[in-house]
Amino acid sequence: MKITREEVLKVAELAHLELTEAEVTKYQQQLDSILEYIAKLNAVDTSKVEPMAQVLAETNVVNPAMREDVVIPCDVAKDVLTQAPDADGKYFKVPKVIER
Amino acid sequence: MAASEKKWTIGAVRAALTAKKISARELTRDHYAQIERDNPNLNAFLALCPERAYAQADKIDAMVGRGAELPALAGVPVAVKDVISTRDVTTTCGSKILQHYVPPYDATVVTRLEAAGAVILGKTNCDEFAMGSSNENSAYGPVRNPVAPDRVPGGSSGGSAAAVSAGMATAALGTDTGGSIRQPGALCGIPAMMPTYGRVSRYGLIALASSLDRIGPFTNTVSDAATIMGLIAGRDANDSTSALHDVPDYSVSLDRPVTGLRIGIPSEYFGPGMDPAVRHNIEVGIGSLEKLGCKTVQLKMPHTDYAIAVYYILLTAEASSNLARYDGVRYGLREAGDGTLMGMYRATRGRGFGAEVKRRIILGTYVLSAGYYDAYYRKGQQVRELVTRDFREAFMKVDAILTPTSPVPAFKLGERTEDPLAMYLADIYTVTGSLAGVPGISVPCGKTPDGLPVGLQIFGPHFGEARVLQIANAFEKVRAESGLEN
Repeated sequence: MKITREEVLKVAELAHLELTEAEVTKYQQQLDSILEYIAKLNAVDTSKVEPMAQVLAETNVVNPAMREDVVIPCDVAKDVLTQAPDADGKYFKVPKVIER
Repeated sequence: MAASEKKWTIGAVRAALTAKKISARELTRDHYAQIERDNPNLNAFLALCPERAYAQADKIDAMVGRGAELPALAGVPVAVKDVISTRDVTTTCGSKILQHYVPPYDATVVTRLEAAGAVILGKTNCDEFAMGSSNENSAYGPVRNPVAPDRVPGGSSGGSAAAVSAGMATAALGTDTGGSIRQPGALCGIPAMMPTYGRVSRYGLIALASSLDRIGPFTNTVSDAATIMGLIAGRDANDSTSALHDVPDYSVSLDRPVTGLRIGIPSEYFGPGMDPAVRHNIEVGIGSLEKLGCKTVQLKMPHTDYAIAVYYILLTAEASSNLARYDGVRYGLREAGDGTLMGMYRATRGRGFGAEVKRRIILGTYVLSAGYYDAYYRKGQQVRELVTRDFREAFMKVDAILTPTSPVPAFKLGERTEDPLAMYLADIYTVTGSLAGVPGISVPCGKTPDGLPVGLQIFGPHFGEARVLQIANAFEKVRAESGLEN
């Protein structure tokens, strides 16, 4: 197996995902076969290849310059907060994080 | 086939409005009537916005009334994939986690289409967060293929493809990350275009994989695709990755003869695994371009076979980061869980996301995690460079590359849902161009003996949209006389 049950649980924890027992078992099997497939990349010699992060970097057409640093009004707080599951005035509300 | 009395084109809408044969309001009403009739079966639309649509239609009718010059898309009914933000219109991304999300702003593409007179009818169904190749990963049920309702429309932009194919909209916007415009276009039998990376602003597009995502059109004709591309392409101050290149007038070059153009045929796209009927139609299609004077050149693109593996590393890595924002705090679903903040995060995400999204988040988190980063993510980026190099070298020899869009025509609903890897392989001919950032179109290339549409894919070099559209248009014009029905 390329991926163990413990690794699935660890990664789910990192990704903040609650999984059921059935999901853990199923994902372990499915990810194992996907990783098995992905392992075909090991056959490619990449010792002299730079990793590509940005597809058009070399043509220097994307984001060639920083924009001017001017202040633009952005008065959208009210609109944005209408979408929050829980808000209070200007704030998003979340469960208590710090114990007194 | 879901009956459509008439498939409108942009030109036909314009002519009918100008001649006062129909008003924009009547045209909008007719489309909503058809949606009301066909959508319960096809499930292509998730939300409709009739108030907004009729307000826009009335504006157009007022312009017609006073004899004003009409903008390019005046009165054209358009559908928008539900991963693209629309102000005051629910935008779910096909996910339960955004079931009640109403964006406070419009995506740039929506603003630009409406400014050109388009009537936005509503939002189309898609695989959850655009993750899928069959539309079966939508939290709101699959879309059915209008050509064969027991089959998938392709994905992830299946609703947009089905809406245009069934005549419920004259054009639609979709998004393409690994094939999500081109593959459903092929499976539903309509032109579908993915522009160069950065050609069209992604502002307001809810992100899947930011180094791959693109927005593009579904239309009934290649000429309509050219019109829409001309309107949505171009620099946008709100998207720093949008390209500075001038946008050419795609309609000017559309009808130029293709004589003498060099067309590359990469052998890697014609291997085993391709449906024989697809192969037959693609060969006929290539033959018809040869008759028009194109010169075919046999190509080798040796890293093609690695593209799916690269894609599922990079895509899942980027997606796992992008989808970290759905945490129950700022928008969307919140599940209390055990009452703690961490418990709330875990419960919200665990219950709000569907199976494929969770699978990809786990894979993406895994390939980025300590100890695996070099083996997977870095390796993936290196092989992406090699896949892109294949394209760069090819375009030194040819003007365009022709391949099938999909190895198979539309498959049956449920046929591939149990095997994620089999589903991933549906994108085998499209992900290469996604990784390389080049533009590509899928143009209808006849049907199989079972009556299922086949798509011919045309890739061009970076910012070579004009060339891609020109060849697609030339092919579309001679398709019927080549014996390829559509």
